[in-house]
Amino acid sequence: MVSIVLIGLFLLIQAVPSLLVDNINFFTSPEWSTGDVANLRFGIRDLLVVTILSSLVALVIAMPVAMGIALFLTHYLPPRVARPFAYVIDLLAAVPSIVFGLWGAKVLGPALEPLATFLNTKLSWFPLFSGNNVSLAGGGNIFTAGIVLSIMILPIITAVSREVFQQTPVMQIEGALALGATRWEMVRTTVLPFGRSGYIAGSMLGLGRALGETVAVLLILRSSPLPSSFSVFDGGYTFASKIASAAPEFSEPLSTGAYIAAGLVLFVFTFAVNALARYVAGRGKAKAS
Amino acid sequence: MAKRFDIKDLNIYYGKFHAVNSVNLAVPPRNVTAFIGPSGCGKSTVLRSLNRMHEVIPGARVEGKVLLDGEDIYASNVDPVEVRRTIGMVFQRPNPFPTMSIKDNVVAGLRLAGVKNKKQLDDVAERSLRGANLWNEVKDRLDKPGGGLSGGQQQRLCIARAIAVQPDVLLMDEPCSALDPISTLAIEDLITELKKEYTIVIVTHNMQQAARVSDQTAFFNLLGVGQPGQLIEVDDTEKIFSNPSQKATEDYISGRFG
Ligand SMILES: Nc1ncnc2c1ncn2[C@@H]1O[C@H](COP(=O)(O)OP(=O)(O)OP(=O)(O)O)[C@@H](O)[C@H]1O
Ligand SMILES: [Mg+2]
Repeated sequence: MVSIVLIGLFLLIQAVPSLLVDNINFFTSPEWSTGDVANLRFGIRDLLVVTILSSLVALVIAMPVAMGIALFLTHYLPPRVARPFAYVIDLLAAVPSIVFGLWGAKVLGPALEPLATFLNTKLSWFPLFSGNNVSLAGGGNIFTAGIVLSIMILPIITAVSREVFQQTPVMQIEGALALGATRWEMVRTTVLPFGRSGYIAGSMLGLGRALGETVAVLLILRSSPLPSSFSVFDGGYTFASKIASAAPEFSEPLSTGAYIAAGLVLFVFTFAVNALARYVAGRGKAKAS
Repeated sequence: MAKRFDIKDLNIYYGKFHAVNSVNLAVPPRNVTAFIGPSGCGKSTVLRSLNRMHEVIPGARVEGKVLLDGEDIYASNVDPVEVRRTIGMVFQRPNPFPTMSIKDNVVAGLRLAGVKNKKQLDDVAERSLRGANLWNEVKDRLDKPGGGLSGGQQQRLCIARAIAVQPDVLLMDEPCSALDPISTLAIEDLITELKKEYTIVIVTHNMQQAARVSDQTAFFNLLGVGQPGQLIEVDDTEKIFSNPSQKATEDYISGRFG
């Protein structure tokens, strides 16, 4: 706890001088130019949008998939078969981010191009699918990044869910089966209510990872001179990838401070997500006992 | 409604372990059959094979026949889920669904069977709770979670849940072992009440209880460590407790066991 406060304090002290000389609104401006220290113009709007959208895509895909896999492993497959399967999923967590990034940029992105084009043109009535500030060619957009992130956070969500689903009291499971519940009905009446808070907490952990993921996103997303159009087919930067991309230029304290300010926002945001996860998990526990 | 069981040459296994050897037993309808015997002799195992709950355990299987009014519940075309819908079970420890309301607990089986009509669900909930002698205690808090009741109330809630679907048979595995004497008496009274409508099989370690509630008693025993459990004898409860035909039974009920 103390170290967290110290880190926050450090970030704040470094960020304040730059924030004081920022010539545009830090929170609402999509612009980011820190080259001229006499005229700093930096705002985090688009960083926030891209960070949230890519993490959201990741969660929307990873949450149901992880739930399905965790249920399948714990309550459908016999343990002997489930164990190697679970091991393979866990192995995904050991793949370095840079490998995911390369794969996303070189393989998945191009492969998703037709699907992206379809969604972007035919389903553009859905706000998050309409518009794009980078070319669809090559798939260097949030959509691709989100899918790669979903694979990266799948192991943690699956592992936590598996753990809680496994702990469903046998008494309750048998109670449901003895009433004539099918396996799925048993899962719905006992395993899911029992594991709900753990599953949500696991998903929040995954979200925390997605929010902070750096190098994979940096390799996948193309930058755009245009502001965000609030679409998953935009390019741009997340907080983390923006900061990493500028690392070679951290010699001028005032422009560095701008990036540290962005880092501070990411820090607070991630912290809030984790606190929320803890709150949800705690509330679920109180209810179950 | 109430049906009879005819158990024919039933052998029960946990993987390679032969847990129960060749049980032959008739359970008449509208009648209480008690299973007694020392720990580990296979009472629960036999009971759980009467509604196909045994096979829920990985590797567990049975051989032989269990006829419910002449129909083998282990026939290849029989769905175990259907079997469990018509044969209710009450467990040793009360196991209501903790986050579900009292009412939802009672009608859970009906909901599984596809009943949606609210009026019908309400009626069944009231009838079942009355049937389980719980209505007066919970009628003002039907929407509160079932986990908030006392142990004895929870067990009666589980009985209400089991009878809500009007099963052909009610199986009970030491339903009072986690309860205080007052709750135990309440449940014994309830069993006597329920047998007018249901066929009941109850496992108990309590001799007085077996003597009080059952019409017929089956005594199971272990012939040795690692040996399968055996049905030693079955007879009218009065006969078993006054003049059993097997020496082992007499030793067991008179406490001269082991
Ligand atoms: N899940 C299981 N896996 C393997 N063996 C089991 C399992 N459950 C029970 N057994 C074994 O089967 C035998 C019969 O057990 P069972 O639980 O039917 O006895 P019981 O008569 O009900 O005993 P108690 O009076 O203690 O409840 C015992 O040897 C026990 O160890
Ligand atoms: Mg037992």
